[in-house]
Amino acid sequence: MITLTVNGTRRTFDGDPTMPLLWFLRDELALTGTKYGCGISQCGACTVHMGGNPVRACQMPMSSVQGAAITTIEGLHPAGEHPLQVAWREIDVPQCGFCQPGQIMQAAGLLARTPKPTDQDIDTAMNGHICRCGTYPRIRAAIKTAAEKNS
Amino acid sequence: MSANEFLPWVRREEPAPRALERRSFVQLLGVTGLVIAFGPGGARRLDAAERLLAGAADPWSPHVYLRIADDGVVTIICHRSEMGQGIRTTMPMIIADEMEADWAKCRVEQALGDPKYGSQNTDGSTSIRDFLGKYREAGATARALMEEAAAKEWNVPVSEVFARQHTVVHGPTNRTKTFGALVATARTVTMPAPASVRIKRPSERRWQGKKMPSIDLVPMTTGTAMYGADMTLPGMRVAVISRPPVWGGKVVSVDDSAALKVPGVERIIRIPETPIPGAFFPLGGVAVIAKNTWAALRGRDALKITWEAGPNGTHDSKAYKATLEASIRAPGKPGRTDGDVTAALGSATRKLSAEYHIPYLSHAQMEPVAAIARVTSDGKVEAWAPTQSPNDARNTIAQYLKVDAANVAVHVTLLGGAFGRKSKPDFICEAAFLSKEIGAPVRVQWSREDDLRNSYYHSVAAHRLEAALDASGKVTAWLHRSAYPTISATFAPNLPGPTPDELVNGASDVPWDVPNISVEVCPAVAHTRIGWYRSVNAIHHGFAIGSFVDELAHEAGKDPAAFLLELIGKDRVVDLSKNGLVGAPDNYYGAAWADFPLDTARARRVVESVKARSGWETPLPRGRGRGIAVHRSFLSYIAMVIEVDVRPDGTVLVPRATVAADAGFVANPDRARSQMEGAIIMAMSNTLYSGITFAEGRVEQSNYRDYQVTRMRAAPHTVDVEIIASEGLPGGIGEPGVPPAGAAIANAIFAATGVRVRELPVGRQLAGWETKATAEGAK
Repeated sequence: MITLTVNGTRRTFDGDPTMPLLWFLRDELALTGTKYGCGISQCGACTVHMGGNPVRACQMPMSSVQGAAITTIEGLHPAGEHPLQVAWREIDVPQCGFCQPGQIMQAAGLLARTPKPTDQDIDTAMNGHICRCGTYPRIRAAIKTAAEKNS
Repeated sequence: MSANEFLPWVRREEPAPRALERRSFVQLLGVTGLVIAFGPGGARRLDAAERLLAGAADPWSPHVYLRIADDGVVTIICHRSEMGQGIRTTMPMIIADEMEADWAKCRVEQALGDPKYGSQNTDGSTSIRDFLGKYREAGATARALMEEAAAKEWNVPVSEVFARQHTVVHGPTNRTKTFGALVATARTVTMPAPASVRIKRPSERRWQGKKMPSIDLVPMTTGTAMYGADMTLPGMRVAVISRPPVWGGKVVSVDDSAALKVPGVERIIRIPETPIPGAFFPLGGVAVIAKNTWAALRGRDALKITWEAGPNGTHDSKAYKATLEASIRAPGKPGRTDGDVTAALGSATRKLSAEYHIPYLSHAQMEPVAAIARVTSDGKVEAWAPTQSPNDARNTIAQYLKVDAANVAVHVTLLGGAFGRKSKPDFICEAAFLSKEIGAPVRVQWSREDDLRNSYYHSVAAHRLEAALDASGKVTAWLHRSAYPTISATFAPNLPGPTPDELVNGASDVPWDVPNISVEVCPAVAHTRIGWYRSVNAIHHGFAIGSFVDELAHEAGKDPAAFLLELIGKDRVVDLSKNGLVGAPDNYYGAAWADFPLDTARARRVVESVKARSGWETPLPRGRGRGIAVHRSFLSYIAMVIEVDVRPDGTVLVPRATVAADAGFVANPDRARSQMEGAIIMAMSNTLYSGITFAEGRVEQSNYRDYQVTRMRAAPHTVDVEIIASEGLPGGIGEPGVPPAGAAIANAIFAATGVRVRELPVGRQLAGWETKATAEGAK
């Protein structure tokens, strides 16, 4: 039996321990804001926080998350108003929107460690995330807007 | 009441109270078809009470695209699919504007597939260009009915009243009545003839032509937006399918003993192979039915299948390149003939020729295709899918399962990227087939590998261009040959290649002032499923044409921007169907030739705009360069200057891009800008990184590791877009930005490094460019 917390709620799992956290979140908890994009840690769509750090849920077998505190996009802010979520709306970042939860979770990890990121900090932190619609320029702008408001 | 009033978007129960609160919100979003409320400040959730009112019994539907409830709440039915272009915002905003509705009192509902809405096929950049008039008419009709109703109630001439923000005002007395209060009377008013309703003058518009934030921003930034794989139905199973790796291949034998031992795997089901060319039908294969996605994926990995490759088992990209090369070196079938190109080339003293190769591409949209279907014992089929074309999906499912289309309902979720992949409903048919087989709802989940290896690919292509220059460096002859397997080969067997009418997709309608032109298609047989991919053949046409123009400019010793303007020449308006095109095709992006003549002034203006705004004349250091290109596709004219920074290791960064787009009237300019930003970044993928290749009939790539796309580091920091102000007939927005961008990038690489890219993707071709360029320069 694996026990963990997801968005502050205690959860248990006694299925296949090789199941990635991604599918536990999506199939078992119906927390579908965490997306499947590649399954091999190449696209970032499944990014969640583990102990506050961005991780790829597709690469975290359930056997490795015993006792972990997981935050998903649904739990990033109780009212959905994390400065990044607000900035994302102000700048109208999303096109199809599919990759954006992962992008926001990664950016939240960046701002937690680097409150005033440079362009290079942003590019380095975000380079593991694919947006096929091509919202990268607006993602950069939204991260900067959120960083400015954070001060 | 329409059938989609109450969609059974049932989500799994979840015990925690706080999570339950969130769940009820999610359910609410789903129940009325992704209904949310929105206002000028962005989206907000719609409470249950409001929802119930909006969905009250017997709602009044004065137009197929809208309903008005007794409390005045307006529900606008979006009949097109949202895949990032913003149609779920732009369409309602046009209707609400014409109607004089209060934006905060409008709701958006996603339409089921139903022919009553007109074409729902969200492709070809058609939503606004085909429907702007209809949306305006819908809003104006509702406004006229409200005005008539108020005049009737006040017993005054209708000329004395006017609608303003969800009320009707009686001008002489300043009396007002809300839309809600007028619904009962409006229902009794005679419906005006569509042609008689008054469309707003430009000065009366509130929102059309201005920025309007997307209505889906809150769900998209909080993880509650619903895409193809995000719904759960009671008893639903997950299916992952092993499909023939070669087009036309078949299962010879299956050993499923290991797969059935995977915990959670319940059944293995054969899906019959569809004989090629299978059109929209599934490829067939072996499906693993499981309790959850992980079990289904593991079960599929454990299948041992022996395949028979069939006739395409020898398809090999290296050999096929040679086939295409031979094809373009012989005359093809002309789609445009001006003057006598053979004579002009034969007598020319100065000539240039070049050949270009473009690989197959896959959409690689972020959401791998997935669909949910429920087939019940009474023969009714209900499907939920990220589909660009719910009507095609409905009809294809009906054919595939041999049921009446009236018994098939297709709900459209949000599309996590589409780019043409999701205009094909093969994956939805798979879900319907499997649901029927197991008697329970099924979600078919494609893995990323499935998505790349069993796609409908953008055509591989080869191009040959030849031109003659006179003594002053002016082009006197233009010969363009294009060879690529045609999309038609996915629908009809044994086609020898494309037909000349296809050349209007960005090749035969070049705006050049050249007296002798021949644009030809050459044979190319299809060996895999070919399908639409954002901008379609205009991608390779635009790349080849734009690159060759740059090569000609350098050959002529002229500045590429000045040369481009000279090539466009003096302003002219030409109906190509009467001038030059051979057997002018009926289908010109579904538009009338007379409405969209070749207007070279529009091409000139967009080039002048990017030349002026990009700092074109300012020199850049070695390793950096600007490239320019103009292209006309989907009835719009787009020019770009793209600046590249080629690193010593050959990595290409794009710091800056300047765009000018003349797409006629643009309803939502910020969404048009975002489409241009996205078009450049997608063109970077097409040009710099991506390529599907085949060996022994099988796709060699598997995931984003070997099918690479643009990432943040290389993406532009500045994209300066001018949307040319226009009241002209709208052209496309979603697609026409891609074709000029590819050429502009390649031309910029040449300016930066001296290396001419003639084969895509650029990949590692620029490694060691500093020495390579020097060596070439020394020749």
